[in-house]
Amino acid sequence: MAQLLLVIFVSARVRVELFEGAKMKYIIAIIKPFKLDEVREALTAIGVAGMTISEVKGFGRQKGQTETYRGAEYTTNMVPKVKIEIATSDEMAPQVIESIEATAQSGSIGDGKIFMLDLGAATRIRTGENGDTAL
Amino acid sequence: MVKTLGMTGGAIMALLLTASPAWAQEAVATAAPVADKGDTAWMMTATILVMAMIVPGLALFYGGLVRTKNMLSVLTQILAVASLAMIIWVMYGYSTAFGPEGNAFISWGNYFLAQTSADSTAVTFTDGVVIPEFVFIAFQMTFAAITVSLIVGSLVERFKFSALMVFAAVWLTIVYFPIAHMVWAEGGLIFDMGALDFAGGTVVHINAGIAALVGCLLLGKRSGYQKEIMAPHSLTMTLIGTGLLWVGWFGFNAGSALEANGSAGLALINTFLATASGVLFWMLTERALGHKGSLLGACSGAIAGLVAITPAAGNSGPFGAILLGAIAAPIACYFVMKLKTKLGFDDSLDVFGIHGVAGIIGSILTAVTMLPALGGPAGEDYDLVGQLGTQLTAVAIAIGWCAVGSLIAFGVAKITVGLRVSEEVEREGLDLGEHGERAYNY
Repeated sequence: MAQLLLVIFVSARVRVELFEGAKMKYIIAIIKPFKLDEVREALTAIGVAGMTISEVKGFGRQKGQTETYRGAEYTTNMVPKVKIEIATSDEMAPQVIESIEATAQSGSIGDGKIFMLDLGAATRIRTGENGDTAL
Repeated sequence: MVKTLGMTGGAIMALLLTASPAWAQEAVATAAPVADKGDTAWMMTATILVMAMIVPGLALFYGGLVRTKNMLSVLTQILAVASLAMIIWVMYGYSTAFGPEGNAFISWGNYFLAQTSADSTAVTFTDGVVIPEFVFIAFQMTFAAITVSLIVGSLVERFKFSALMVFAAVWLTIVYFPIAHMVWAEGGLIFDMGALDFAGGTVVHINAGIAALVGCLLLGKRSGYQKEIMAPHSLTMTLIGTGLLWVGWFGFNAGSALEANGSAGLALINTFLATASGVLFWMLTERALGHKGSLLGACSGAIAGLVAITPAAGNSGPFGAILLGAIAAPIACYFVMKLKTKLGFDDSLDVFGIHGVAGIIGSILTAVTMLPALGGPAGEDYDLVGQLGTQLTAVAIAIGWCAVGSLIAFGVAKITVGLRVSEEVEREGLDLGEHGERAYNY
């Protein structure tokens, strides 16, 4: 595991050197599925041009549901969530996080989490543009 | 023609308490009757309604209840085993159950339907009323097919396809045909006792339930049973299956009157009411046991109600039918939800828990629903206690015969091809392991 991380780290360093000057962030947000539309609208409003969505399952503090089929009880520990991934410029990043936090919040347990990582490189496949112009 | 009538005298079911072999002979003595077009049309309709109960009804009902990786195997098993039953039925099954000559246990003659032509007729419950014999043969054929298909439910997700085919051939021969003869054919052991079984409480449901129980005990649990999640993969399919079973059951129950008449009409309304009652009372029982009222519960209750009314369909008034559903569904529900879990055997789709339990309740209580107080058709000289004893004896004989016969049939399958798929196939799913296909390719 440590080796793997090292490889990723090293290769990330290489990429950063390759595209020096590109200052980008990668934001991952895990939210409640029903909040997705609201979050998307808010992000579009502040100028986020694209995002990747996946339906995921996981657990945190929120408990799963119990299902019963003719007396056979199954407790599902995993709760369905939506994962949003956004690559953004350094300047935009705080705004993006703020806006997700504001819209995805319902106040109850299981609202989710937001993570931010440094992003080393980005390439638009169609044009070959690199760095934050590719976003 | 006279000969044909004599031969099909066995067609008589135990509808009337007063039924005696005498009136079959009276029919022979009069001029050869011609089948009524209305009766014929209804019985042909009833026959294909029962067919729809099997494929797609039962196939989807069961299929929805298994995991995605075993869906296709359930559909295939039902389709194939029903088809096998049909072929065996015309080869020697019909002869063994309703043949021209016989004793209290089986009959014989008319193999490969050699003595039946388009002009042959089968007697019904009314003097001088007949239906074409081919229609009667086809109608009874669907009963054999659905009974053996029902057993699949306790064996799913681990039973070998080849073992099912071997088991089915043996089981039909030594269990289904003899019991159908004993209960429904004139001269049959249970028929002559005066036991009531309008549409197959003993022949179909107790029979399938006991065989399923024996099978799942011999076969053992699915690996991961009560440890892994084995939730139904599509209750939507199960609801579609339930609906088709309910609709098809009108052919099953009302068709068992063998005529388009008042008795069929009584069976029709009872088939609505017992089922509706079963749906509601199963869900109420779930609530009483501390669970939510569920769709699977409602579907299970519908089947419990349908099973319970089957032996009583024409032997009960409408409120007797409601009562049957209200008694059978809670007991089956308790058995399935609490007792089975405690006993720990893996009757996977509750064939015994629903068909066996509700079938036994229905078959015994048919003696009670006969009472005029419940709208039943009993006469003034009706002996409730005596009839209860007869029903109990009939149920006991069916259970005993079926248990022993099922042991033998599963034993033959075990010796010849083995009962269970390999652990690897079970883990990967029977769809790929047994049939080389998947039910779903998204």
